[in-house]
Amino acid sequence: MSANLTLDGVHTHIGRYHILQGVDFAAAAGRTTMLLGRNGAGKTTTLRTVMGLWRASRGTIRLGEKRLDGARPSEIARRGVAYVPETMAIFSDLSVRENLLLAAREGPMDEGRLDWIFGFFPALKTFWLSRAGGLSGGQKQMLSIARALIEPRDLLLIDEPTKGLAPAIVDGLIACLKDIKRRGATILLVEQNFRVAREVGDDVAVMDNGRIVYAGAMAELAADRELQGRLLGLSLDSHQ
Amino acid sequence: MTGAALPKPRVDIWPALTPLLVAAIAAPFIGSASTFVTLTLASLAMGAMLFVMASGLTLAFGMMDVLNFGHGAFIAVGAYTATVVYRLGAPLAGGSLGLDLALFVAALVCAAVVCGALGFVYERLLVAPVYGRHLEQILITIGGAIVIEQLLLALFGTEPIDLSPPRAFQGSLVFGQIGIEKYRLVALGLGLALFVAQLVVLSRTRIGLLIRAGVENREMVEALGYRIERLFVGVFMAASALAGIGGVLWGIYQNQARAGMGGELLVLVFIVIIIGGLGSTTGCAIGATLVALIANYAGFLAPKLALVSNIVLMVAVLLWRPRGLYPLSAR
Repeated sequence: MSANLTLDGVHTHIGRYHILQGVDFAAAAGRTTMLLGRNGAGKTTTLRTVMGLWRASRGTIRLGEKRLDGARPSEIARRGVAYVPETMAIFSDLSVRENLLLAAREGPMDEGRLDWIFGFFPALKTFWLSRAGGLSGGQKQMLSIARALIEPRDLLLIDEPTKGLAPAIVDGLIACLKDIKRRGATILLVEQNFRVAREVGDDVAVMDNGRIVYAGAMAELAADRELQGRLLGLSLDSHQ
Repeated sequence: MTGAALPKPRVDIWPALTPLLVAAIAAPFIGSASTFVTLTLASLAMGAMLFVMASGLTLAFGMMDVLNFGHGAFIAVGAYTATVVYRLGAPLAGGSLGLDLALFVAALVCAAVVCGALGFVYERLLVAPVYGRHLEQILITIGGAIVIEQLLLALFGTEPIDLSPPRAFQGSLVFGQIGIEKYRLVALGLGLALFVAQLVVLSRTRIGLLIRAGVENREMVEALGYRIERLFVGVFMAASALAGIGGVLWGIYQNQARAGMGGELLVLVFIVIIIGGLGSTTGCAIGATLVALIANYAGFLAPKLALVSNIVLMVAVLLWRPRGLYPLSAR
């Protein structure tokens, strides 16, 4: 079901700013690839470029054999990509149910899948008919992730899902991400919380100034403090 | 993680009560009960027509962020379409209540179809190239309105065209000292029906959910796999069709169709959607009712103040609720 995501020489301009300056990397099928880097390195822009929300000015983006660059976000979504933005972007005037109903493009929501999601995020079941704008920050994040999971997707792009969340909620999120991976989806995850990165990441790509400066196994980076300091400017243990 | 119960959403009832408040304040000044009831019913009918004209604009404005200063032109096109339908159907008019009704419905349907189709062309040609650029939107939609108005003058002449209510809707119902024009009741009923229909579509259908979601966050709707551009076109066509229906109702209410009628109404329509909160259908309905009540009460009590009454109303509402009576949470 899942497929490799491959970025080859991707450049993105936003206005007069040249943000991505030739991004090359691959996220392997069925694995979780962490995208790390300092603030402003281009991580969010990379996810938004893959999703088509910023248009790549040069380079190619492929999901398996399918070209994604140049396609509209709606086409990219229909090719099997789901996006969880850093801002969550839930529809606050709609209920939890209505948010998920819109995300289930292919028809009625699958009851079994819904139960699977409720297993990780029981609050969504509790507040099923409540207005999403009234949820807490953590519950909104659950809804944002649930929206990406309500139908099977080949690739999940998730931007800082644990930002500002209480540790108990982060644990639920880690369990959820591991289970998504077990089901075979490819995940590209931007995350500042090292505990999460270490627990769910298989591979890692580190960005700096709009380029990939390191790509390898997450376990290797996690074990090498000197490398962490060189690439990220700090030890990841101090960043959780 | 289920935690404590979610705080219940605050039911914001006060904006919905403002028309009652306005009526309660005006009643002692008007004095006569029959005059008060007649004025109030006339206001409700006028409010219903304003709602029909404004409801499409508020959705298009809220969702597409498009300042369509050409909306009034669709009101005029709707009214002129009704004159054409009535002219073609003249041999049938007055034949029976059923035929009169059929002609009236035909005028409404034709106005909706013509304005919806014109809205499609207008959106593709004029609006689509200037999404996100407000200054250009204002200029180009004013230009579009001028072109449509001039085309109406060229096609139908400079003189207003008579547009009387169907015979079945002429005259008044009298209850004691209270007289209610039949046509105003029809307009009120139609306005209410369209209000309920819009609420049902927006809350019970997938397309309605998409519109509400699109008003909040267009980018995320697109990222979920929906072509927001197609939704925009659809909403714009629906907004134009509603303006056309409103134009038929208003034209019959005024007994004439004029090329400039839409432009004259546009100020009121904008006041209605700003008071109501951009993108809010319920806010639009309450805003339209308030505008009509104030216009009629002020017209009766202090005719010289009638012209500025709605500006004063808008200032008062915005001082109380800077984003309108029922603002959408995300915008």
